[in-house]
Amino acid sequence: MTIGERIKAWWHRLGSPRWFYRVCRAWSPWLTAVGLVAIAVAFGWGLAFAPPDYQQGNSFRIMYLHVPTAILSESCYVLMGVAGLVLLVWRMKIADMVIAAAAPFGLAITGLALATGMFWGRPTWGTWWESDARTISVLVQFFLYFGVIALREAIPRAETAGRACAVLAVVGTVNVPIIKYSVDWWLTLHQPSTFTLTKAPAMPPSMYLPLIVSILGFYAFFAGNLLARVANVILARERGTQWVQSLVAGPPGGVMSCDGGREERA
Amino acid sequence: MIETAVAEPRVLELLTAQIRRDLTVAMRSPGEMVNPLVFYLIGVTLFQFGVGAGPERLAAIATGVLWVLALLATLLALDGLFRRDYDDGTLEQLALHADPLFVGVLAKIVAHWLVTGLPLAIFAPLGALMLHLDAAAVPTLVLTLLLGTPVLSVIGAVGAALTVGLRRGAVLLALIVLPLYVPVLILGAGAVTARLDGIDPTPQIVWLAALLAFSLTLAPFAAAQGLRVGLE
Repeated sequence: MTIGERIKAWWHRLGSPRWFYRVCRAWSPWLTAVGLVAIAVAFGWGLAFAPPDYQQGNSFRIMYLHVPTAILSESCYVLMGVAGLVLLVWRMKIADMVIAAAAPFGLAITGLALATGMFWGRPTWGTWWESDARTISVLVQFFLYFGVIALREAIPRAETAGRACAVLAVVGTVNVPIIKYSVDWWLTLHQPSTFTLTKAPAMPPSMYLPLIVSILGFYAFFAGNLLARVANVILARERGTQWVQSLVAGPPGGVMSCDGGREERA
Repeated sequence: MIETAVAEPRVLELLTAQIRRDLTVAMRSPGEMVNPLVFYLIGVTLFQFGVGAGPERLAAIATGVLWVLALLATLLALDGLFRRDYDDGTLEQLALHADPLFVGVLAKIVAHWLVTGLPLAIFAPLGALMLHLDAAAVPTLVLTLLLGTPVLSVIGAVGAALTVGLRRGAVLLALIVLPLYVPVLILGAGAVTARLDGIDPTPQIVWLAALLAFSLTLAPFAAAQGLRVGLE
């Protein structure tokens, strides 16, 4: 098989909920475990061993939670936008399930980013909330996640709801570059990005290495958690099919749990 | 999609015919047409009561109030953008039409702006007068509203399309559309504030124009896609 054919075959398999369910179940526990361990290591390292900041003292340590959640809140939205495009162009069912699974996670992680930002802002900026370009655009993203979830709730037919959410997710990605560049375009209180790909960070390695571990840990945890959620959505949506029913019925004698995925409307 | 390239003149014809039709329909119920405008002026009045007397205090918040009220007035009118045509089946005819749906959607957006956004921009000086906005900033306010309100109509059309089939879509529509309005608000109000501070507002105005060009070319497609979802 040529590479092109292989990609095509993989793309077709991706469209099969049954295959994707198995991938989810196989990868999810490992990614979640790796993520949680990395986060634990990064927190221990960052909180106990990294040197205090010469200006901010110890308060900067919330960075090890704030920066990863903020980055992830954007990545999660980009993922939803890409999945939305895939759903609208190729009508791939899995893409809709990914959006359905990612939106609540995104809402939670954006809320966490905002909350940690407030806790960081109090000692360093002297205020809980500053109507700063970055904070407002992240708050807007929080509302956009909420809109996607609310739109899905409001439309009774799952398929229609999925496509409507996909349109909204794609349109909402316009906000992502605004968040990304808000600190560069406007003169704001929020400091510019901690990391860029082209320049060395303005921090010693003992400070930024735990942050990198934390970011990678959060990404792994996100991937693991998302796959577990997608698996649940697949079970709920495909509950009429034979493979799900035989899976839930389980091996004779044993009761198999299906993680209680939220009941989806047919 | 292939036929559209050949039948280009017909697309233009469809566009103008649809705009003319929508304007005629709007003219037949003038009360409905002036509702957003009256809402705008009532809003300005409410702020005068809420903030209390004192020209300085009102002037300080005038820019923000006028722009936010323009957002809300547009939003109020959005619910009716597709509603009537959805109810009587016109929208389905439009979707079944051989010409692309986005042309019809674009026409409806243009007509919607002519009866809501344009009057808001024209009557904004009156609101500015009531809120004691510095007269030097009024031309900038009108210009930004002229550039910004079409963007509001275009983006709003996407939200209106997505919620057209829903029984209680109005609150959801606000929830979906208002966050997307934020860049327009930042740029529009930012330009007026810059003018008040004696800074050249050209960058914000140019950005607003760019936003208009960008949303006008892409959002009708998204709205058409949303309508197709809603019409299923």
